[in-house]
Amino acid sequence: MIELVDLHKAFGANRVLRGVNLHVPKGKSMVIIGGSGTGKSVLLKCILGLVKPDAGQILIQGKDTAKADRDAFLARFGMLFQGGALFDSLSVWQNVAFRLLRGTQKRPRAEAREIAIEKLRRVGLKPEVADLYPAELSGGMQKRVGLARAIAADPEIIFFDEPTTGLDPIMAGVINELIREIVVEMGATAMTITHDMSSVRAIADDVAMLHDGVIQWTGPVGRMDASGDPYLDQFIHGRAEGPIEAVR
Amino acid sequence: MILAPVAALGRSTLSGLAALGRIGLFCIATLAALVRPPFYIREFGHALWTIGYNSLPVVGLTAFFTGGALALQIYEGGSRFNAGQVVPSIVAIGMTRELGPVLGALMVAARVASSIAAEIGTMKVTEQIDALVTLSTDPMRYLTVPRVLAATLCLPVLVAMGDSIGIFGGYVVGTGRLDLNAAAYLENTVEYLEPWDVTSGLIKGAVFGFIVAVVGCYFGMNSGRGAQGVGRATKSAVVTASVLILAANYLLTELFFSA
Repeated sequence: MIELVDLHKAFGANRVLRGVNLHVPKGKSMVIIGGSGTGKSVLLKCILGLVKPDAGQILIQGKDTAKADRDAFLARFGMLFQGGALFDSLSVWQNVAFRLLRGTQKRPRAEAREIAIEKLRRVGLKPEVADLYPAELSGGMQKRVGLARAIAADPEIIFFDEPTTGLDPIMAGVINELIREIVVEMGATAMTITHDMSSVRAIADDVAMLHDGVIQWTGPVGRMDASGDPYLDQFIHGRAEGPIEAVR
Repeated sequence: MILAPVAALGRSTLSGLAALGRIGLFCIATLAALVRPPFYIREFGHALWTIGYNSLPVVGLTAFFTGGALALQIYEGGSRFNAGQVVPSIVAIGMTRELGPVLGALMVAARVASSIAAEIGTMKVTEQIDALVTLSTDPMRYLTVPRVLAATLCLPVLVAMGDSIGIFGGYVVGTGRLDLNAAAYLENTVEYLEPWDVTSGLIKGAVFGFIVAVVGCYFGMNSGRGAQGVGRATKSAVVTASVLILAANYLLTELFFSA
């Protein structure tokens, strides 16, 4: 479904991605882990076209995204941003139905609102929330609204950028469960970046560890604990000693 | 060591020119986006309201006090050679040709360029711009075009209102404080004011409106990270818009009125 081939990206002298190769099969949930500043977000932004890679290929179902029609390409994606990235000036339902109110997927306003309320319900929010503004919501509710927006147009591929950052453990657990349920229910291909190991265990089918600009280890989540990879071992156990320098 | 200040001056001149070039390219991109669908009517309506209607009080008050002060100054200066009667015509010409458009635009720059830069800058910092892109929406068309179009259309209207209020300010001071005859004041105002005086000011207003919105959007879209980045973008937007308005005013005045 998603294939990254020898992807490179540098910002000045800082070579963030140094030849990333990764394959995410259709319908699978891939979680990318790695320390802060290792390029996880850059990788996601490269796939979405928000950052242009210096070299390499990004293939979606075998087609090079560099040559694809951008609108049609993006219509297949949903994205949950780290901070929610909800539009302050729009109400909750308008945020959720954003894609359904304009562009190629435009629907009548009443229908778009109905879909938005249905998606809000799916993420555990009551219809009364629909007319509130993002500033009136708690952090956990904002994440749920972001999740509802990501799934509003029934995308084939969903990206989650640090979905549990800034949430208390209970709310983080709720969001993890929701993500897992939704991905399974929709049959979507998911790609999540996080360094929250409880998220990894809850969400992932497969795990890839990004370190030094390359995929250091990849495999099923069940094999993660017995991988024998010193980088992965240090990361998942949160040890200060090991091949990864604690101060980077 | 001695050349260090010169080198610093050279560096800031070069970076200023480079920024001007980038703003120029942003203008071209905005103009290209202006003529290509989709058009976001709702966002345009909202921009008309916030940029146009909400700027009316500040533009009106500025114009009123400017017209009043202008009447006082002209009367004081003119009376030195027995020319106190020129107050109405000079207030009217001064307001419509220069002070109405320039001061109105500077007030709008302070109010609107700053708020556009802060709003879009915050959207950038909180990944809302990235979110727009992932939702198949071009930020240029969704954020920049409605604001630029609204400011370009609103400024001439604000200038026209500012001109009227400024002339009224001059009338209030002229008749109330300087004991000028009310009927003669109105007659002199109308007699010496030519349509081109008003029209040239309105054209200036449209150009200044374009500058205010483009500069606000440019600095918002290119805002740095964090609160400091947004603060710097806001400050740069107001300063740049103000300087460009004054520079454009000179060029337009030269174009319209040089013999």
